[in-house]
Formats: sequence, C-alpha cells, structure tokens
Amino acid sequence: MSSGGLGTRTYDSVAVGDELERLVLPITPTLIVAGAIASRDYQDVHHDRTLAQLRGSPDIFMNILTTNGLVGRFVTDWSGPAAVLRDVVIRLGAPNYPDDTMTLTGIVTAKADPDADGRRGDVEVTVRGANSLGDHVTGTVTVSLPREGVRR
Amino acid sequence: MSADHSEELAALVGRRSGAPQVAPDAVNLAMIRHWVEAMGDENPVYLSEEAATDAGFGGIVAPPTMLQAWIMRGLKASLEAESRRAEPETTAGSDNDRMMALLDDEGRTSVVATNCDQHYVRPLRLGERLVTTSTIEDITAEKKTGLGEGRFVTTRIDFVSLPDLGEHASVSEEVVAAGEPVATMRFRILKYRPGTAKGAEVRDGDGGPARPRRPRPALTQDNAFFFEGTRAGKLLIQRCVSCHTLRHPPLPACAVCGSLDWDTVQASGRGELYSFVVVHYPKVPSFDYPLPIGLVALEEGTRLVADLAIDPAELRIGMPVEAELVSFDDELTLPVFHGLPAERDEGG
Repeated sequence: MSSGGLGTRTYDSVAVGDELERLVLPITPTLIVAGAIASRDYQDVHHDRTLAQLRGSPDIFMNILTTNGLVGRFVTDWSGPAAVLRDVVIRLGAPNYPDDTMTLTGIVTAKADPDADGRRGDVEVTVRGANSLGDHVTGTVTVSLPREGVRR
Repeated sequence: MSADHSEELAALVGRRSGAPQVAPDAVNLAMIRHWVEAMGDENPVYLSEEAATDAGFGGIVAPPTMLQAWIMRGLKASLEAESRRAEPETTAGSDNDRMMALLDDEGRTSVVATNCDQHYVRPLRLGERLVTTSTIEDITAEKKTGLGEGRFVTTRIDFVSLPDLGEHASVSEEVVAAGEPVATMRFRILKYRPGTAKGAEVRDGDGGPARPRRPRPALTQDNAFFFEGTRAGKLLIQRCVSCHTLRHPPLPACAVCGSLDWDTVQASGRGELYSFVVVHYPKVPSFDYPLPIGLVALEEGTRLVADLAIDPAELRIGMPVEAELVSFDDELTLPVFHGLPAERDEGG
C-alpha cells in the first residue's frame, strides 16, 4: 500500500530503470462496486453477482474505468502532486474478481528530452497489474514532471 | 455458416458512431470526491484549492483518468437501454448500432474490451462542460484469438470543453467544432464468435453464450474407478472382496469387516428417489436453473447423489428412476436420472 506520503519527483531525479514502490490492492466487492458507481458505470456485471453469473461470469468484476483510475493513482502516488498525466495506454487481460489481490508494479522505461521552455519533461512508466489469474492490466503511463529548482 | 459483412463494415470506418454526447454535468467536486475515495487516491490537487495552486495548477483539477466518467450515461439511461434491448426488432439508429448489428449477424455476439488509450491535452478544471464525438476508426478482418474468432473494433472519442453550454442536452457538430480539444480516447473491443477459441468451452446450445465446464471431481485412488466407469458407459459400485458388502461413496476400507480389498459391480441404473432438493440460488454458470438434485437409492442398495432430468413439479419421493450416462465434455461423464413411466412402477 502507499506509505502515506506522496512522492515529489522531479524530471531530473528520475532515471530509466527506476522502480516504483509496488502497490498491493485487495480486490474487494466494495472496491469494484465503489469504482463502478464513482465512474457512473451501472452495467450489472460490475455490481450484481446474480446477474453477472447469469451472463456466464463467476462473479462481478472490475470495470475498465476503475482500472484506469488505479493505474493513474499508482503513478501519481510515486510522482507526487506536481506531475501531470499525459497518456495512459492500457491493455486489458484477466478480470479482477472479488477476493483476489492485484499487485501493481512499475518501472521507468523512457525519458523524453526536457520541454522546449526547460520547465518540465516527460517520463514514461511501464505498468503491470497482476492478479492470481495473470496480468489484469499492462501498459504505459506518460507523466510530465517539473525540472529541479524551477518555480511553479 | 454465418454471414460475412466485410464490405458493409468497411464502409462504416471513418463514420461517426452517433450524435455528439454532452456531459450531464460540468466537472464538479462532488463527483471528484466519489472518484478519489473509490480509488484510494490521496493526491491533494483533486480536492484542495491550496494544494492544487501550490502544485502549479492554478486551482483544483479533476483526476485525468476520470475522463470517461464525465460522459457516462448513468443509471436511468442504462436501465432504459436495457429494456429497449429486450424488445425485438428495435430499429438500429446510429452507425455504431448498425456496426454492432452487422457483427452480431456474423455470429460475433460476444464482446470484450481489450485496450483503452487516453491522451490528455491538459488537466480539467472545475466548471468545464465536456462534449464528445465518437468515430469508428478501425474494424479489422477476422482474427483468431484466445477467446474466439472475431474482429477488433477501435473507436476514437474526442473530448472538447464547452464551458458555456448551459442546460443544453444536445449540440450540433458545428458547436462541437468550436470547442477546445482537451483529450482523446481510443477504445478497442473484440467482437467474437463464442465457442470458437482453441479448447473451446462447452457451448450452451446453438450460438448461445459460452459457459464454463462443470467443476471437476477431486479424483483419488479410491474414487477414480467411478468416473472411469461412467466414461466407459458403466455405473459402478464398490464392493468389499471379503464380505461382499456394497458401499458408496467410495472409501478405502469396508465399514463392516474392515477389509482393504475391493472390486466393483455394475449397477443396473434403476432405483428410486430417496430424497431431493431443487437449487435456485446461488447460480453457478455451468448449470441450468432451477436445478433438481436427487439422492437415488439404487436397486442394489447403495445411494447416490446425481442430477435429475425431471421437471421439479413432478418430483416425488419414492418415484422410480433410471440412470442415463451423460457426457458433459471430453473428460466428464455423469449419471443423470430420468423418471420411469408409471406402468413400470411395480414391474419385477
């Protein structure tokens, strides 16, 4: 879990190969339902176990918007509040069913040249969220970080 | 074989999925609070004006990944859409509806989301109203996938900000064109034909949804003979070699004489219904419900739990039944009991 304090990364303090602190998330019915409702996604497979099973699923499962939100949170937990998300590109795999655990891991895989004004620069983080069935989500998040010593 | 609509589908690429969608509400703090609490997101720039200003945003911003939440239709429209789908022969309205109908007609009735790419031009601020246009960007030729044979469909959704939209629930393409682009999303789905994957799951009837196979029995050296027997077309009962007592369910030793030596005898498959239950809930997708389950007293004297192929309304304790060995898949064959006609009730 996140250790409470948010990171305060700068573009200059980050290197390709840096690993993010892993985030171990218990997948509870509450998380799945809260995420679905917070994203206004009322498809029954995300909140009604009986109907989910009628449709051939063993249980309710997490919706994509929640997966997106968790991936974004995972990266900004690490980068800190001054980061600006540019891109979230994800590929979906094994569903997140209740009573599973998803472990999010990330590694810095690219650093673009600093922005033309010298104030910020883009960093690419490759993210993986794995549960007991395999990879629930894989993808990349591009985040803009402030340069060292630049006033905001 | 199903139809091939490659040409009609190709003609839809580049077309709008439907009319522009207007966000029901402007970007607002209440929805943001629900979101960050659900995600466990502690980033203060989403709720604190001061923290957001300190971080250089000039004021509270929405979580970028919340993008799609602003244009979701919500509960009321979801329920209305659900009831419309239940009506037969709804006239297809949008090009997206037409595309989905063509794919369904090709037998690709199952859908799964595979990719979601979001690009944010800038963070969204409180009070902004979003409008989207959706474009069918790509429909692939048939691909063989782990789920089945299908086509990947990519839809691009362009988000523009129109702060002064007021109460408008719908807008024209011209109005949208005047908005400020703030984000783009590409969403890829696989529309596939159920039951066409390698090692396909058991199909529920013709063209119905794929469903998981029945749970596997936990095989041991004591009970394996039973399931091997059913696969070979025989309903077998364990018998003690020393005292010839029959026993079921299988055990390593005889409860009468303690002997560890056993063999088997083949049951006739006839018996009577000793007890039963009809399961309505919880539903497991491998089975049909209501699901009658019987405890059958075989005429050899042992009792056996098995599926009943008998209308629940017809079930009576003591009714005569007979086993049929049913193969559920390549591995699993089990006895299922039918009711016997009344004239054979007292038969010898």
